[in-house]
Amino acid sequence: MSLLPFCKWLATTPWSIALHESLYAYLIVLTVHVVTVSLFVGTAVMLDLRLLGVTMPRMPVSQVMAGLVPWSAAGFLVMVVSGSLLFYANPVARYQNLFFRTKMVALALAGVNLWVFYNTVYRTVPEWDLDPVPPRGARRAAGLSLVLLAAAIMSGRLIAYNGYWFDCASQPQPAIINLLEGCTTDAR
Amino acid sequence: MSLFPVFQWVQNTELTTALRASKWFFPVIACVHLMGLALIGGSVLVVDLRLLGVGLRRQPVADVAREAQRWLRASLLVMLPTGLLLFSSKAEQCYTLPAFWIKMTSLSLALVFTFAVRRRVALADDETRIGPVWSKLVAVISLSLWSSVAIAGKWIGVP
Repeated sequence: MSLLPFCKWLATTPWSIALHESLYAYLIVLTVHVVTVSLFVGTAVMLDLRLLGVTMPRMPVSQVMAGLVPWSAAGFLVMVVSGSLLFYANPVARYQNLFFRTKMVALALAGVNLWVFYNTVYRTVPEWDLDPVPPRGARRAAGLSLVLLAAAIMSGRLIAYNGYWFDCASQPQPAIINLLEGCTTDAR
Repeated sequence: MSLFPVFQWVQNTELTTALRASKWFFPVIACVHLMGLALIGGSVLVVDLRLLGVGLRRQPVADVAREAQRWLRASLLVMLPTGLLLFSSKAEQCYTLPAFWIKMTSLSLALVFTFAVRRRVALADDETRIGPVWSKLVAVISLSLWSSVAIAGKWIGVP
């Protein structure tokens, strides 16, 4: 099943067109999205660094979590809202963008990583709350989180450059790229 | 005297001309610059939030500031060189953009304020000596300066 028809329909809705053609609205939403990286990823990075045992060694992990998670979550909420608007302004191009797809996969994996962390190693946090260097499982989750967030940032930034290298509209391109981008043979 | 000839020269050295010719150069450096934003954002925010009495509020301000300072320095080691590279490939264009000058002005102010004023306030041994109102004011100024660096930075890239 492809979401392409849905994206094509979305692109015909008046607000999508308005946002796409706007002079400033799109750029303001984009600015909010980019600047909020500092809040969402910034606080998550400090948290991951604590879990890796490379910063704030004397602060209990649970307190660092309690202090920073709400801010990261608030940042994430702003990211999702602004990001959805950016997608909404350009649904078909984003849907068929290799970097957009990479970013969504990276974010989904980051979500899974977080879920696993909360439901496994973090359950035993009272045992290692005060350890300067948390156990291997926590460090692994933090390292993976940093890698996935970096991948999301990189692929997010490269969404704008997709056409440099890959574009459904500029055929021929390798079959694997067409497959990964979801290019269709008709009406590109 | 105008700085424009300097900007022109920067943009047209052998190195910057070669960088501009590469399709990879600008996007990849921009990615690294943006990853640096996450680190600088985190290291600035944890201290400002703490000065505002939120975030890591159960830790002493000085402890949070001391830890964050290392990551702030590290992030500047990422931001400044990558920023310089991005600038050098588009120096002439930057010269004409208000966003560029706003960013450079607020960046200078933010750096001076962070290392000269906020650092002293945050590292003060006795928190009560500073007073919560001053601490909060320092945090608000810091957040405003760094936000305008980030926002103006984004607008440099706006066509």
